Amino acid sequence: MDHPTSLPRRATRARRGRVLGGVCQGIADHLRWPVQAVRAAFLLAVLLGGFGLVLYAAYWAWLPIDDSDGSDTGTPTEGRDLAGVLGLGALAVGVVLLLSARGIEVTGSWFVPLLLVAIGVAVLWRQSDDSRRAELLADVGASARATTQTAVRRNIPRIVLGFALVLLGVLGVLASQGDLVASLRGLAAALLALAGLGLVLLPFVLGWWRTLAAERRARIRSEERAEIAAQVHDSVLQTLTLIQRSAHDPDEVTRLARTEERALRKWLYAPVGDPGATLVAALEAEIADVEAAYACVVELVHVGDVARDDRVDALVAAAREAVVNAAKHAGGAVSVYVECGEAGVEVFVRDRGLGFDPDAVPDDRLGLRESVHARMARVGGSARVRSEPGSGTEVSLALPAPLGVRSWT
Amino acid sequence: MTDARDVEVDSGGARTLRVVLVDDHRLFRAGVRAEIGERVDIVGEAGDVDEAIAVIHHQRPHVVLLDVHLPGGGGRAVLDGCTGDLPDVRFLALSVSDAADDVIGVVRGGARGYVTKAISADDLVDAVRRVADGDAVFSPRLAGFVLDAFSTGTVADHAEDALDSLSPREREVMRLIARGYTYREVAKDLVLSVKTVETHVSAVLRKLQLSNRHELAKWAAARHLV
Repeated sequence: MDHPTSLPRRATRARRGRVLGGVCQGIADHLRWPVQAVRAAFLLAVLLGGFGLVLYAAYWAWLPIDDSDGSDTGTPTEGRDLAGVLGLGALAVGVVLLLSARGIEVTGSWFVPLLLVAIGVAVLWRQSDDSRRAELLADVGASARATTQTAVRRNIPRIVLGFALVLLGVLGVLASQGDLVASLRGLAAALLALAGLGLVLLPFVLGWWRTLAAERRARIRSEERAEIAAQVHDSVLQTLTLIQRSAHDPDEVTRLARTEERALRKWLYAPVGDPGATLVAALEAEIADVEAAYACVVELVHVGDVARDDRVDALVAAAREAVVNAAKHAGGAVSVYVECGEAGVEVFVRDRGLGFDPDAVPDDRLGLRESVHARMARVGGSARVRSEPGSGTEVSLALPAPLGVRSWT
Repeated sequence: MTDARDVEVDSGGARTLRVVLVDDHRLFRAGVRAEIGERVDIVGEAGDVDEAIAVIHHQRPHVVLLDVHLPGGGGRAVLDGCTGDLPDVRFLALSVSDAADDVIGVVRGGARGYVTKAISADDLVDAVRRVADGDAVFSPRLAGFVLDAFSTGTVADHAEDALDSLSPREREVMRLIARGYTYREVAKDLVLSVKTVETHVSAVLRKLQLSNRHELAKWAAARHLV
């Protein structure tokens, strides 16, 4: 493991290549010894009087977890290492048995039970390690509670196994000290006492748990509020200040209010997916532009949507021109209606202005002729202008579906 | 009709409509009152659901202008608290919301129309008159939503499916309204009488309220409106 050399190196518990708590791996990394040697030393210490267990537990408790190299606990090396450790364990047990056979007592009769207790504790601790980690990761956000709950649920088999091992081990130790019946009686008494204590403490524990849950909820709420406050400050409050400053200019006030409304809506009802990738998204952007430039209100209603391509872009450009015309010459509210069907796309831009006679438009007015009609014609579409003096103007744009496409929506 | 609902007749011969305003923004209520208060009789205001139900029961207005978003359950809760006892009171939903599920909620709850708060005073008075007469009021946005919900080109196969699809004429009317046409303009364009246009629009409103179409049912279920 490469540590930055400038920092004093600290021993850590490794997440990578660990079998139990990562203590051996961590120490091996720290001392730059082969990990199997460290493991063998620990196993020997365990078998020769059990000191290794205490040492391992102490290291497990005190060494910090090393998070520097990834967080995936299930590295492929784990299985192989586990096999290696089991092999070492078998070897050590064999040595001990050999010594025993020679009449040399190296372990007490409490050894096996104690080993069971140790394994049970290890299983339990490992569980709490992981769930605490999950909690820390999921701490922020509304899903925190759910995540913790699933983590606990997933760990139930582990918890049961751990408790069973510890219980079995304790029983074994007791049995090795005296007769089993007496120890069972003692265990029953102890369990009764524990149950009584639990009953006494239950209200306190529950109360404490509820307080904790309430605190967490409050924290999540205040974080959400802070986020909203930041958003409001950056947008609404700034705009309100600007509006106060330009109170004498109604057009400017309308423009500011409309722009802010649009931004706020976008934030509240943010569309899913890539913005600007569809006809409607592109039109919305163009309309926002025109509204800001001409201080008018454009209402966009759409039925269906299609993905953008060159032809759709031409349609958007033509529609923009029509909206600009309406905003410039008619003023007031402009309605834009987009309908995407199997046959193609239609866009209607309608204003409530004075209207005009389309045939009387002089040839030098490039707007409609070039930007709308010619543009639509080039991509195989069509444009139609309907206007009567006194009843507003409507520009209809039609773009048929591409050849060979059955359903364009 | 009870005494409280006696219709006054002004000099122009048209009846003066009694209106209750329900909106939790006092400034907005004041604005509406200033804009249309001369042309309709605003007999009450309310800022939340309970207050609204009480005022509407007491005043029995012709029309209630109802905000979609209200503290205490939203406009839908006001509709649920009134439509059973007061079948003659008509509701017109008024909102800044563009969300289709908000709109569908109040319309399925019994509102006879939906307009956005950006509506002009003249249009709002027109809409109130129309709703009071029992007609439906469709803004371009609501029409677009209806077309969206009833699209996919399904044609009614059986008689009982008639609620789940629009007739070709109803579709034409909806398209023109979505394009920003007034009822009068729609009538002119399709060479119909305004009365016929109103009949079509009311029929669409009924379908919107009663249809079990998949899209409508989905929105309703998501908002616990079923």
